[in-house]
Amino acid sequence: MTGDADAAGMALVRVALPAHLRTLARIGGQVELQVAVPVTQRSVLEALEASYPMLRGTIRDQRTGRRRAFIRFFACERDLSHEQPDAPLPGAVAAGTEPYLIVGAMAGG
Amino acid sequence: MSGVRVLVGTRKGAFVLTADGKRDRWAVSGPHFPGWEIYHVKGSPADQDRLYASQSSSWFGQVIQRSDDGGLTWEPVGNDFSYQGQTGTHQWYDGTPHPWEFARVWHLEPALDDPDVVYAGVEDAGLFRSDDGGKHWQELPGLRGHGSGPSWQPGAGGMCLHTILLDPATAGRIFTAISAAGAFRSDDAGQTWQPVNRGLRSEGIPDGDAEVGHCVHRLAMHPSRPSVLYMQKHWDVMRSDDAGESWREISGDLPTDFGFPIDVHAHEPETVYVVPITSDSHHFPPEGKLRVYRSRTGGDEWEPLTRGLPQEHCYVNVLRDAMAVDALDSCGIYFGTTGGQVYASPDAGDSWTPIVRDLPAVLSVEVQTLS
Repeated sequence: MTGDADAAGMALVRVALPAHLRTLARIGGQVELQVAVPVTQRSVLEALEASYPMLRGTIRDQRTGRRRAFIRFFACERDLSHEQPDAPLPGAVAAGTEPYLIVGAMAGG
Repeated sequence: MSGVRVLVGTRKGAFVLTADGKRDRWAVSGPHFPGWEIYHVKGSPADQDRLYASQSSSWFGQVIQRSDDGGLTWEPVGNDFSYQGQTGTHQWYDGTPHPWEFARVWHLEPALDDPDVVYAGVEDAGLFRSDDGGKHWQELPGLRGHGSGPSWQPGAGGMCLHTILLDPATAGRIFTAISAAGAFRSDDAGQTWQPVNRGLRSEGIPDGDAEVGHCVHRLAMHPSRPSVLYMQKHWDVMRSDDAGESWREISGDLPTDFGFPIDVHAHEPETVYVVPITSDSHHFPPEGKLRVYRSRTGGDEWEPLTRGLPQEHCYVNVLRDAMAVDALDSCGIYFGTTGGQVYASPDAGDSWTPIVRDLPAVLSVEVQTLS
């Protein structure tokens, strides 16, 4: 089933990564992840890193879990970067209708 | 037929250049890891197909890549460089204590006899070791914690451990160098360390006999005579004949003794190469002339090598890890510039040719002599 949490308490979440991390993880488009409910930023990132271990440390610190300075988290037209990692994500992300966006800060050079 | 493989790290990716023993026709592969800073790529002396690369970015942090087929394909391996024990502090630029913070891997040094063992020199300065081909990294905390660590300060490029020399004759002996702390030696495989900076004089340090605080830019050693070390310091080219116990200046008749890289001829332990740079405030060659200087006397007497190098309007720099030598019968010398050129000399420096000329700024150059 897609969209809503299934009977085992898992949700199918879509995650969009910046280009450099798609290359590193060798993926083309968005990632679909089975995430335990309640769906939070922490549970999404843990599921992402479990499926793609080469991404550990590239989005958040491996030991502290702190977001890297030039990374932002967006969803449903909101900047969630400063939200608590265990706060529930918007229902549309948990339902799989909106992606969770991991974004690299803009910079030149 | 023997050949060479040149491993080039740049601000925007890695490149692998190959040629046969004549070294006159080059194949260029890359960019590998495009868009990422590649501080260093180095091959294992024990397995020429095993390469390690340090890939990093301000956005996404540190990645270590490993190749088991000479750079054709790569796999990311471990990137957890967590300092061991109490993190402690070093001095910040303003003299206040500053916690150790990992920034990136500057230098990777594979062990001489085991392709799965590799050392990593990192910023903020520390030494790590992997025994499983880069999957897991363990700090050797005796260096950072030997006593003088709280007084170390970063240089302008960060507080980096940039040089790792493994002594092929004395088991367990390792030399490292840190900007701006100095040179250090371990005689027990990295468990304990001592500063080896006696004889260095640095104008930025009020105490002329300071044990640490020296901005050592690079160390070099010839494997047949590992107790002789050569050093390019911020200012001054130095030499030690006793494994770092004491140093003497060998700048001699160089036009300037500021610079970054230093290396030794593969077959002549008294033949040394440097690239003089105008000054610490002018990081480009004197008079806009790119000149490698060679000493055949272990220092003091130097000759400019200019054939094939630009002798006007040249304002590039050559960074500390951007010079290397091959081990073919006629020793090849290689260096890369911040202008994106990689120059090669198949005749020990007598003549030079750009083997690639429009890369991103070159951070590092290593050479493998292929069998």
